[in-house]
Amino acid sequence: MAGTLTGRLMESLLKLNNCTIRFGGLTAVSCFSMAIAKGELVGLIGPNGAGKTTVFNMVTGVYRPTEGEVLLAGERLNGLKPYAITGKGIARTFQNIRLFGSLTVFDNVRAAFNLHLKHGPIHALTRGKAFLNEEGAIEKRTLELLKIFNLERFRKAMCKSLPYGDQRRLEIVRALATEPKLLLLDEPAAGMTPTEKSNLMKLIEFVRETFDISVLLVEHDMRVVMGICHRIYVLDYGVQIAEGPPSEIRSDPRVIEAYLGEA
Amino acid sequence: MDKLIEVLQQLVNGVSLGSIYALIALGYTMVYGVLRFINFAHGDIYMLGAYSGFLLAPLFAHTFKFGEFDTFTPENTLFILSGAGLIMVLSMMICATIGVLIERIAYRPLRERPRLNVLITAIGVSLFLQNMTQYRLGADPKAFPQLIPVYVIEGLGNLTILTSQLAIIVATIILLIILRFVVMKTKIGLAMRALSFNPTACSIMGVNNDVVISFTFALGSALAAAAGILVSMDSPSINPLMGNLPGIKAFVAAVLGGIGNISGAALGGLIIGILETFVVAIGFPQWRDGIAFAVLIVILLFKPTGILGRVEREKV
Amino acid sequence: MSRSLLNLVFALVLCASISFFGENFIASNFAYYYDILISIGVNIILATSLNLVNGYTGQFSLGHAGFMAVGAYASASWSNHLDPIIFGIVNGSGNPVATNAAMFVSMLFAGAMAAIAGFAVGVPSLRLKGDYLAIVTLGFGEIIRVAILNLDFLGASRGLSVPGTYTNLFWTYGSVVLCIYVVLSLVHSTYGRGFLTVRDDEVAAEAMGINTTKYKVAAFVVAAFFAGVAGALYAHFKAFLTPEGFNFFRSVDVVVIVILGGMGSTIGVVFAAVLLTILPEALRGLAHTEFVPAAYQVLLENRLILYSLLLIILMLTRPQGLFGDGTAFKKWLGRSRAD
Ligand SMILES: Nc1ncnc2c1ncn2[C@@H]1O[C@H](COP(=O)(O)OP(=O)(O)OP(=O)(O)O)[C@@H](O)[C@H]1O
Ligand SMILES: [Mg+2]
Repeated sequence: MAGTLTGRLMESLLKLNNCTIRFGGLTAVSCFSMAIAKGELVGLIGPNGAGKTTVFNMVTGVYRPTEGEVLLAGERLNGLKPYAITGKGIARTFQNIRLFGSLTVFDNVRAAFNLHLKHGPIHALTRGKAFLNEEGAIEKRTLELLKIFNLERFRKAMCKSLPYGDQRRLEIVRALATEPKLLLLDEPAAGMTPTEKSNLMKLIEFVRETFDISVLLVEHDMRVVMGICHRIYVLDYGVQIAEGPPSEIRSDPRVIEAYLGEA
Repeated sequence: MDKLIEVLQQLVNGVSLGSIYALIALGYTMVYGVLRFINFAHGDIYMLGAYSGFLLAPLFAHTFKFGEFDTFTPENTLFILSGAGLIMVLSMMICATIGVLIERIAYRPLRERPRLNVLITAIGVSLFLQNMTQYRLGADPKAFPQLIPVYVIEGLGNLTILTSQLAIIVATIILLIILRFVVMKTKIGLAMRALSFNPTACSIMGVNNDVVISFTFALGSALAAAAGILVSMDSPSINPLMGNLPGIKAFVAAVLGGIGNISGAALGGLIIGILETFVVAIGFPQWRDGIAFAVLIVILLFKPTGILGRVEREKV
Repeated sequence: MSRSLLNLVFALVLCASISFFGENFIASNFAYYYDILISIGVNIILATSLNLVNGYTGQFSLGHAGFMAVGAYASASWSNHLDPIIFGIVNGSGNPVATNAAMFVSMLFAGAMAAIAGFAVGVPSLRLKGDYLAIVTLGFGEIIRVAILNLDFLGASRGLSVPGTYTNLFWTYGSVVLCIYVVLSLVHSTYGRGFLTVRDDEVAAEAMGINTTKYKVAAFVVAAFFAGVAGALYAHFKAFLTPEGFNFFRSVDVVVIVILGGMGSTIGVVFAAVLLTILPEALRGLAHTEFVPAAYQVLLENRLILYSLLLIILMLTRPQGLFGDGTAFKKWLGRSRAD
């Protein structure tokens, strides 16, 4: 048992060590530590305002932790710009959908291929063979990704014209286009019907396996989270109140209290 | 000793110039506070203030004997001041109305649109006001009528202070006191502060945001008009483009003090005025208009919140 | 060579032949229209390049005339001091090969200097958004103008005369073609989608690994380069420069064109540049006909009143400009072709 635990910790892809962030007088997250192993699907839950999104923002460099450190495969991420962190292999979606509103569905995904682009502005001007080949490859790859999420029929539509649920799924596709090692999903199933939700969860599980990535999932619906997550962290008022496999979390009195308190 | 007098002299010049910037800056900062947008046309309200005075003065010239006194005497002081005061108050009322109308017609329909659209509209309004004034009243400079006698105040030794400079400083102090009272002690002032703190909460709490915003425009425009009148007493040549540079400098003042912050705007105005005066005094008169931009760039790079501003972080 | 490059070369050759065969004919028989034609070209370059910053990248620069000034004065000084030495051109006259070579080099120099200025402005302005950026770029534009006013070797307020009116239809429309080509091929690539993501949502763009800073600087530098080229064309057309020719209102002209054409629509902006160059001329012509009462003449002659109303009305009724992002126009083109 001890052996597997240390083994897991050594392999951990993402590590947060005692991260704290304050906004003025408000401590949004306090002394939070977590570890996500390669290939793991981890849940992050907590009542409204618990600090889940803030954890995402600290990991992706949108906010800088006031204290503590964020490590990806042992490398410190503190102070890196968000785009650089994405470059290291962390991609995310947003709770309040942030698609590129003036672009088509296709272009939303294509834009995210920028990160691993071999050709730059000069090639865009000369439009040589290698450049056109790369553009073609990106187009193919974009369509493949859209297809996985059953969105390729919308490829020419403006992204804002999509139904709400499809916009959320498009955000996931866009994040995958950056070829991440770790995918952060902020309430990807918000506003979906129960069937849509369970379909999405299957899809997330499928993506995690096929792309061999780790996933950190924020979701309010307990049943959904319990169903697919390997492990779950629970935050309340910025403080971690529980951590463990779904079976333990379900029966943890502090978790029950936090959620009952909310209701 | 001479050096001290010289510094004191420049300080007085700087403060009177800075008072003008402060009065204009207040309008920028208050509008930014409630609407989060820079009213590009604010400098032109200042210009319209001067032109209102220019057009109003002849109507009252006979009653108040404008231009007929050479000095203040104990007998005529009150008479002169009430004449000048009347022109100023009327101009302030006219400009307040114009400010409210501009907001109603051009800005309000755009309130939910991207801020850039409002900015573009404001540029349009600014161009419109300048060029309409040019069209109706001519592009050439006009001589502003003498509302108060302007001369060097006696008995100050080597210090040269004009009555007009004194008028600017005193009037600004009075206006600032009134403004402070309005903002801190009245209901509508409270609503203004609440609105700049949180618009949604404010309307949920039953405040009529539209009324508060109109009031803010009225207040800001009135102060700019006062600045226009005061400045024209001191340098009595006005033209339709006179609002451009002071407008931008006052904007810089507002940013310097921390945009959205009322005391900051007044402080920023004084600092810019004094800086500008000293830049000229130490021998770089050609850079007097450049210094404000330099300050702006430095501020935005090193302390974008200004001296008294608070941090606002975008929530993600 | 790729197809797009071939098209570019073809367009350039077309410009060259029109200039070679038609230049003198147009210039001597239709001098007035020739002037307008050149002005249209200069405005197209200014507007399509600014569109990269204000339209595609979603920043708001109000100082484009400043970069144009840098280019104009750079190319004028270059021609004043170096043309005699390098190309043996005395007082602006020399054989066509020499003058055209001189024009090319001075245009490049103008573009390079303006691009450097663009970099210098772009880097510190990056942290700013919307209104702030607008005012800072306005400030930079003014500082450039004030600097010229204070620099004696640039003629200060006296103005600077430029030797040789080398600007012709080829250089003007060749630059137009090149500028449009550069903007369009940049934007229509995976790399170039980055500009649009910066406009749409900077936070999301960064989260997708896009270095928004780099894109903003790139947009500023490319736009400034072409503004500089436009300045060189202007300098070698007017033959005399004053700082007042590059004031805030010149920047406003360009901004109005971009907004009317539709921010982020190159074809719309080109159309608007043509329209807004001709319109003031047409109105000025109209002002002096018998149909217009004397009182309204000034109104028609003042382009800024027209522009101000245009800005306000556009923002109230059609903020996306005449053609929006260009899709409506493309549709219209497509339909009329199909009919
Ligand atoms: N930029 C910010 N400035 C000030 N306070 C902030 C900021 N961002 C987040 N907060 C505060 O931090 C706390 C945690 O917010 P967060 O968005 O992380 O909660 P959450 O767990 O994601 O909630 P929800 O389930 O509603 O999405 C909240 O009190 C929020 O108001
Ligand atoms: Mg959240």
